[in-house]
Amino acid sequence: MKKVIYTLMTTIFLGMVFMSFHKEPASASAVSTKPATTSPGLPAPGADKAASQKAFLAVYKVLMSPRCMNCHPSGDAPLQGDDSHPHAQNVQRGAEGKGVYALKCTNCHQPQNTPGENMPPGNPKWSLPPADMKMVFQGRTPRQLAAQLLDPKLNGGRTKQQLIDHVTSDTLVLWGWHPGDGRTTPPLNHAEFARQFKRWIDKGAYLPDK
Amino acid sequence: MVKLTVNQKEYQVDASPDMPLLWVLRDVLGLTGTKFGCGMALCGACTVHLNGEAVRSCVTLLERAAGQQITTIEGLSADNSHPLQKAWIQADVPQCGYCQSGQIMSAAVLLRENPHPTDKDIDDAMTGNICRCGTYPRIRKAIHLAAQLQEGGAQ
Ligand code: FES
Ligand code: FES
Repeated sequence: MKKVIYTLMTTIFLGMVFMSFHKEPASASAVSTKPATTSPGLPAPGADKAASQKAFLAVYKVLMSPRCMNCHPSGDAPLQGDDSHPHAQNVQRGAEGKGVYALKCTNCHQPQNTPGENMPPGNPKWSLPPADMKMVFQGRTPRQLAAQLLDPKLNGGRTKQQLIDHVTSDTLVLWGWHPGDGRTTPPLNHAEFARQFKRWIDKGAYLPDK
Repeated sequence: MVKLTVNQKEYQVDASPDMPLLWVLRDVLGLTGTKFGCGMALCGACTVHLNGEAVRSCVTLLERAAGQQITTIEGLSADNSHPLQKAWIQADVPQCGYCQSGQIMSAAVLLRENPHPTDKDIDDAMTGNICRCGTYPRIRKAIHLAAQLQEGGAQ
């Protein structure tokens, strides 16, 4: 049961970032013309395209930082390090995002960070997005990533409120700010990241221009 | 005291919950078939099974193993009759032998989940187990052989 929940949550989290996989550019341009939070043509109360886009660009810098992006690779190997190189040991995603055979994530990654530099980081949910919901961050433009995040078919079925809840309190998201010895943290602190994410949505969830 | 089941035998271990399982196995229980290579989850020499999954015991804490089923190389079979053990002997795999218990424990997970592994499957499962003697070609050969033995083929 725990496994199912972890898989679901991870799926959902990753999905929120990735809407444009098959659909860019057509759907991205369609979505961008109106605030995503409202019915067509009716901006949400308080919608502000410039403020929303600006907030997402701040969010984007965090999502593309190694602590977040390294587990949202475009290929089927997780990434490592601040240079985001493919994981040593030929580690593979596997169908569920949990590795394969004798190289499953939890074979080395513990429920907590292992102390010391270059020791395996850890979290109870440590995994990649599953193969059928890859939620790729790597290589996405801000516009592509924003569109992907908003598409329930690509974000693990999350609503906007669930996206906000997820970035605010998911323990694997929070791990990015407690990544263990020798790892850099994302460019914003977590509270500011969550605030900017919410602002992006509250101001209309607009896609950046590019 | 921490309760631990190793190779189907129950133990009460008087050790700190944050002691690496490898230390417990080797220094407390005297099961020295499992080796220490790097202590950093990099080499695979310390691989054992935790509830059937390969874990690197050098970074797995005793508290994670408490109450769980641990299998070490000593418990893979009672009499060296596991297809991998037979195949390893037949193919004369080890050179110095230091990495080999880890290799076999990793291969056992592969064969359980994929009874007919291809060379690529073997790469995907085994690349994390380092052999400084370079016995990789024989490891590959022995895994294919064990797959045959497992289904009652070539003896
Ligand atoms: S000793 Fe555990 S992986 Fe090297
Ligand atoms: S046989 Fe010597 S390290 Fe593998």
